[in-house]
Amino acid sequence: MKPEDFELLRSLVEERSGLVLTKEKLYLLESRLIPLARKRGMAGLDKLIREIRTRREESLLTAVTEAMTTNESSFFRDIKPFENFRKFVLPKLVEGHAAGRAIRIWSAACSTGQEPYSIAICLREEAAKLGGHRFEIVATDLSVEVLEKAKVGMYSQFEIQRGLPIQILMKYFKQVDEMWQVDASIRAMVKFRKLNLLQEFSSLGRFDVVFCRNVLIYFGKATKKLVFDRLRRIMLTDGFLFLGGAETVLGITDAFCRVDGYRGVYQMLSEIKPSWPSTSGTKENLAAQAPGP
Amino acid sequence: MKSCLIVDDSAVIRKIARKILEELNFEIAEADDGRRALEQCRAQMPDAILLDWNMPQMNGIEFLRALRQTDGGAAPVVIFCTTENDVPHIREAIAAGANEYIMKPFDGDIIQSKFAQVGLL
Ligand SMILES: C[S@@+](CC[C@H](N)C(=O)[O-])C[C@H]1O[C@@H](n2cnc3c(N)ncnc32)[C@H](O)[C@@H]1O
Repeated sequence: MKPEDFELLRSLVEERSGLVLTKEKLYLLESRLIPLARKRGMAGLDKLIREIRTRREESLLTAVTEAMTTNESSFFRDIKPFENFRKFVLPKLVEGHAAGRAIRIWSAACSTGQEPYSIAICLREEAAKLGGHRFEIVATDLSVEVLEKAKVGMYSQFEIQRGLPIQILMKYFKQVDEMWQVDASIRAMVKFRKLNLLQEFSSLGRFDVVFCRNVLIYFGKATKKLVFDRLRRIMLTDGFLFLGGAETVLGITDAFCRVDGYRGVYQMLSEIKPSWPSTSGTKENLAAQAPGP
Repeated sequence: MKSCLIVDDSAVIRKIARKILEELNFEIAEADDGRRALEQCRAQMPDAILLDWNMPQMNGIEFLRALRQTDGGAAPVVIFCTTENDVPHIREAIAAGANEYIMKPFDGDIIQSKFAQVGLL
């Protein structure tokens, strides 16, 4: 690929999704875009690039961007964060929560739906302890294609075997031929919407919990910082943020800090409110607790 | 090191499962039928059992019921691993005391994910 072609695609994808494509990802560009070109009736990558350069047709630019995203996901991904959600975050949310207002949870890059459905299943499993509080789960993604799949909630045997305990499968899924579909009652708990994290998202309202997992990892530092700043503004001060296993706030934002002893869970660090738990409030000792490289 | 008994009448499946589980640091024993598996368990209970359903002499569900009646047989974590992938079979397995259930075909990710869920990893 010519350097100027690579540059064209790189800047297109980064502008539209935040995704940073380095030279090492050249193979990924080719393996994802050649099939896309064929699907749209073009002979190959050269033709696709020419179309992008000359016509800049919106649907093509969107398709190229979406083709470059990684949609890999699984139910209860990494196990521990969802345990922490059930055993630590949920009781904290419910404790002293005024009845009336719904407790709001956002899955900010929900891909094919495993994450918001895992959250919904946690709520159902813990229902007895939630004292009748109302919950709302909003799930968003940049890609329309994954959202369509998420809404239907139909998963292959491979997908349901990664992360889903068999008892949970029996309880909340229905077998449909070779596939497994999430029960309608669980699907009804999640509202799916298309949303690009690079755009302003204050219209979603404020959230008690945000799952923003395995998406920031693809972004450059400035984009990460921008997203963290916006997250801070739409989260309630005593809310919780979940990041992916390979993601961190260190060196990027001072707005959030890790919650000691609860992997993947972050809380807001504000001047007004001491951090949780209150014994480790200073940035110095937070940095000292940071995991090694 | 935890031990895992692989019970399957297919030598190929046993070999694949062994390779995956050895990489996850299990000490492996094999049996090609439920009856032999039960004898081996009576001699020494493994920590985990990966269990096929259809086998010639004693099938997986019969083995599991017998195991759970045996002295010390409540302890092993039993994970079915079978092509029987319909709800009635799965429910029957859970009722008989299975801890997890893998539907074939499986791969390393699935084995790892299931073993992690039941606390073996
Ligand atoms: C690897 S998946 C993560 C799914 C899930 N959160 C998890 O942890 O398993 C990343 C998702 O981020 C989405 N994505 C990438 N860039 C985005 C953006 N700028 N705005 C919203 N979603 C984006 C992709 O479409 C993809 O579905």
